[in-house]
Amino acid sequence: MHPFAYQRASSEQAAVEAGNPGPGVRRPPTEAAAQFVAGGTNMSDYMRLNVTRPDVLIDINELSPSAYGHIEADSAGLRIGALVRMAEAEDHPVIRSDYPVIHDTLKLAATRQIRNMASLGGNVLQRTRCEYFREASFPCNKRQPGSGCSALDGFNRRHAVLGVSDACIATYPGDFAQALIALDARVEIMGPQRRRTIAFSELHRQPGGTPNVETGLAPGELITGYVVPAGPHTRRSRYVKTRDRESYQFALASAAIALDLDGATVKDVRIALGGVATVPWRAHEAEQLLVGQPLDETLARRAADAAFAQARTREHNGYKVPIGKETLVRALLETQAMDV
Amino acid sequence: MSAAAPEPQTNQGKPVPRVDARLKVTGAARYAADEPVNNLAYGLLVTSDIARGEVNTVDLEQARGVPGVIGILSYGDVAEIAPPEFGNASYTSLGPLHEKKIWHDGQIMALVVANTLEAAQEAAFKVTAEYDVQTPTASLDSDGAEVIEAKGNTERIKEYPAVGDFAAAFAAAPVTFEAEFRTPTQHHNPIELFSTTAVWSGEELTIYEPSQNVYGFRSAVAKQLKMDASKVRVLSHYVGGGFGSKGPMTPRTAIVALAARKFGRPIRCVVTRQQGFTTASYRAATRQQVKMGANRDGKITAFSHEGWELCSRVDNYVVGGIETTTKMYGYGAVASKVSIVKLDRQTPGYMRSPPELPYVFALETAMDEMAEKLGMDPVEFRRVNDTMKEPIKGKPFSSRAVMPCYDAAAKAFGWSSRNPAPKSMRDGDWLIGMGCATAIYPTNVAASTARVTLHADGRVRVQTATHEIGTGVRTVASQMAAEELGTEVEKVEIEVGDTMLPPAPVSGGSNSTASVCSTVLMACNQIKAKLFEAVVKAEGNPLQGKDPDELTLENGVVLAGDGASLPLGDAFAAAGKASIEEYAEFTPNAVPKDAVKKLYDGKTSMAEEDKREKAMFAFGAEFVEVRINARTHEIRVPRIVGAFAAGRIMNTRTAHSQLMGGLIWGISSALHEETEVDERNARYVNRDLAEYLMPVNADIKSVEVIMLPEVDTDVNPAGVKGLGELGNVGTNAAIANAVYHATGIRVRELPIRLEKLLAMS
Repeated sequence: MHPFAYQRASSEQAAVEAGNPGPGVRRPPTEAAAQFVAGGTNMSDYMRLNVTRPDVLIDINELSPSAYGHIEADSAGLRIGALVRMAEAEDHPVIRSDYPVIHDTLKLAATRQIRNMASLGGNVLQRTRCEYFREASFPCNKRQPGSGCSALDGFNRRHAVLGVSDACIATYPGDFAQALIALDARVEIMGPQRRRTIAFSELHRQPGGTPNVETGLAPGELITGYVVPAGPHTRRSRYVKTRDRESYQFALASAAIALDLDGATVKDVRIALGGVATVPWRAHEAEQLLVGQPLDETLARRAADAAFAQARTREHNGYKVPIGKETLVRALLETQAMDV
Repeated sequence: MSAAAPEPQTNQGKPVPRVDARLKVTGAARYAADEPVNNLAYGLLVTSDIARGEVNTVDLEQARGVPGVIGILSYGDVAEIAPPEFGNASYTSLGPLHEKKIWHDGQIMALVVANTLEAAQEAAFKVTAEYDVQTPTASLDSDGAEVIEAKGNTERIKEYPAVGDFAAAFAAAPVTFEAEFRTPTQHHNPIELFSTTAVWSGEELTIYEPSQNVYGFRSAVAKQLKMDASKVRVLSHYVGGGFGSKGPMTPRTAIVALAARKFGRPIRCVVTRQQGFTTASYRAATRQQVKMGANRDGKITAFSHEGWELCSRVDNYVVGGIETTTKMYGYGAVASKVSIVKLDRQTPGYMRSPPELPYVFALETAMDEMAEKLGMDPVEFRRVNDTMKEPIKGKPFSSRAVMPCYDAAAKAFGWSSRNPAPKSMRDGDWLIGMGCATAIYPTNVAASTARVTLHADGRVRVQTATHEIGTGVRTVASQMAAEELGTEVEKVEIEVGDTMLPPAPVSGGSNSTASVCSTVLMACNQIKAKLFEAVVKAEGNPLQGKDPDELTLENGVVLAGDGASLPLGDAFAAAGKASIEEYAEFTPNAVPKDAVKKLYDGKTSMAEEDKREKAMFAFGAEFVEVRINARTHEIRVPRIVGAFAAGRIMNTRTAHSQLMGGLIWGISSALHEETEVDERNARYVNRDLAEYLMPVNADIKSVEVIMLPEVDTDVNPAGVKGLGELGNVGTNAAIANAVYHATGIRVRELPIRLEKLLAMS
């Protein structure tokens, strides 16, 4: 294992300072010499696989619990600190009752043991499970820019069909991010220079020609929390995750739905798709088709067709289009049928 | 009694809790790599990134510079050792450091040794290689595959089972069926990683390594190291699952032992999960062709089964499930054949039910398809073709309870509630399917030895170099000794997994319970004979002058037929002994006369089928319900029922657990497991337990195991058929048949994944 220094950050300032690569360093934060670690459930993997070889690990677990470790819920919405563990949010009574899609995405992710450890700040930054990314001896544009993409013509059953490029088809693996993007969450970020807040939908970057750039974060920037606005759609919300086995598997296709209905008519709808795209994926085209219309299977199917209209498949992932559509149809109809 | 510990029926032993249960659940039972060793250094393998080519240079300089590195073994450093010999004790003949040619992905190129595991990891990362890369051949259908017949090229297949004129019978059959089936590459993935710990003391070598075959390992590693096997000790006290992967040794062991000698340090090498996929064996992918002809009344008149099995370039390994499938039913004319397909992959090997799991999938799916063609219930179709004589040579089965198993399982499952029409059963969005299949496994028994000691206070010691691979052999062998010596299981101490003990066969082929328990039984009988002989001769005791053949030992008392008795302690006192130790050599029928000598040399001799007068198999019937989401096509298994008849059941708890585990394994083989291969470079892609799928707890709902009473005195003295590999046979076909019933789609290629059901919507 690559030797590394381990340090504990006692404050936000100390953390971002330690993470600051200094002026002039243009590498994306995933390639920085210093890496933040909280739950460590992914970082320890990357280090063992030599996917990431940091010189310094900055442990942020001791940062102010009041700012980082809490969930605040009021009539305006939620604020979820970045050090809240997945399991804590999953069990939170307000999230269960008023934001079920968040509860679902957490409950259906990983295993309870992992969820007890993993922090929500790190969760959305989980890197792809692309097998060619995780095995350091394969060419991979994300791991080694310019080396080529092994997945394009390789074994790509689990790869993305939306947001892909000729340089990368790696799937964004997470579930929680689909709830955040569906609910128009915002991300609080602390950096060496400043604090800022951005829309969650602005956080991730499609691969394009630079798949190594995964987010809009600058080196040294730290996610401190999420704000999820309240709304009439959050209670009727749901996540459907399709996979080969019942648990402990990343989505082959998933759909996060938040729905505001007037009778059968869709007043407002938010749709995010997981397992099929290179980034957390908001299906705006599908949403637009639904608004103002009475929701039934035919309309749901039209929305699903719209959501996947731009899909680009490879040899082994063609099924993700029909299964992705069916997952979305199922999610829409099951969300409609919810008793709220 | 409970579901996990069923009430014993006729010829079934008590559900004694595992004697090592507490050790296992508290972590006190040690894996080989957990054995404390002083002054340990850490070894890590470096493996190739290509599957075919030649290594030009391996650059070790950077790696040697990592602080803490002790040394590195690579090309040119292993002249003192011989390459392994392909066979039961070594899975491949490839000596990876003996030649710079690369024959498969992830081939060993170096062993890095360092003071810490972390330093070894860093150094291993810094080893780089330059290759002449050649385009490899990855899979059964790839260009560049060399296909050869198994007959004439393998030890295992000496002839293809056949009888009658298949071609004529098939041509004349009023109803025929013909299809191709495929099963994937699978890896055992035991939870305990592969490891070797080598410790030298002068000229003597001790190896701690998870093994299903300690004597085999001992002789194989001694041969490679060119030393006397008596100078080698192999220990494997507890194995965290082997499933065949730890049956033969791999090339790593001798390399680690050599490094330990060269560097003058005990070395522990734990193979990473990823490397485990390429440095040990696996289940070969197969392609199979089944042809079947039948009369309209359902009687099969013609059956042909041909298989093609993936193999390496360097060895000719074959499983050849036709030995079993051709004997399953009363077929009429039979033809069979097996070929091996040589590719740029490492040598495959045994994996739980090696021949039966893939080949019975094809047969039992074909049976379901034929039953449908005939318009028959699949259970009744099997009843019509049930036979008490195997069809190839006409030998009677020693016992065969296929239909009683079907009847018991069908009743428990509620088969009569099934609407036979495909796509006819539904619960909301979930399509329901029900299917069934036959389980079969040959009854193996091998020459074995054991030493048993009975003390005057009733304590017993059993010593035999068998292997605790999770099956519960410590428990059932202890039970056998306790029963025979009239004492409690708690008083039995058992030692296994050590070449200092008398040898036992490889723990494979489901032979261990039969072989070990038969041997322990024999040793116990010798002890009793000695004790009784001495007691009847001793003066002044109530048993003096009795016929020793009429004495028994029960509950700590020696009894005569007329009611005279003597407590065990007094019997020992009368005999003038404190303890009696007996060593037994068990040589079953149909094994070579020198089988025990061979066993000491590391070679197991199983009873040979040709030399047996009867056909010996354990049987079962399995019923499955699947639920498939009509929209998203996920396939789930809410319940499965298996009924089995396997001769004497030593312990209903451990047997139930094994059969249940088998059924779960069968679900896994049907729906989850596949090692995915990149066709371009013949490299495995999903080399971890997140992406190499197997069921998790949430996938397994109701699993019901029924053990039918069965007495078979022909198989071996213990009357045990062996069932470790029975439960997972046929399950994959039962599921495929249920999937068809639910959807109307026949999937003849495993695993059955949701994308194979796209046609249903």
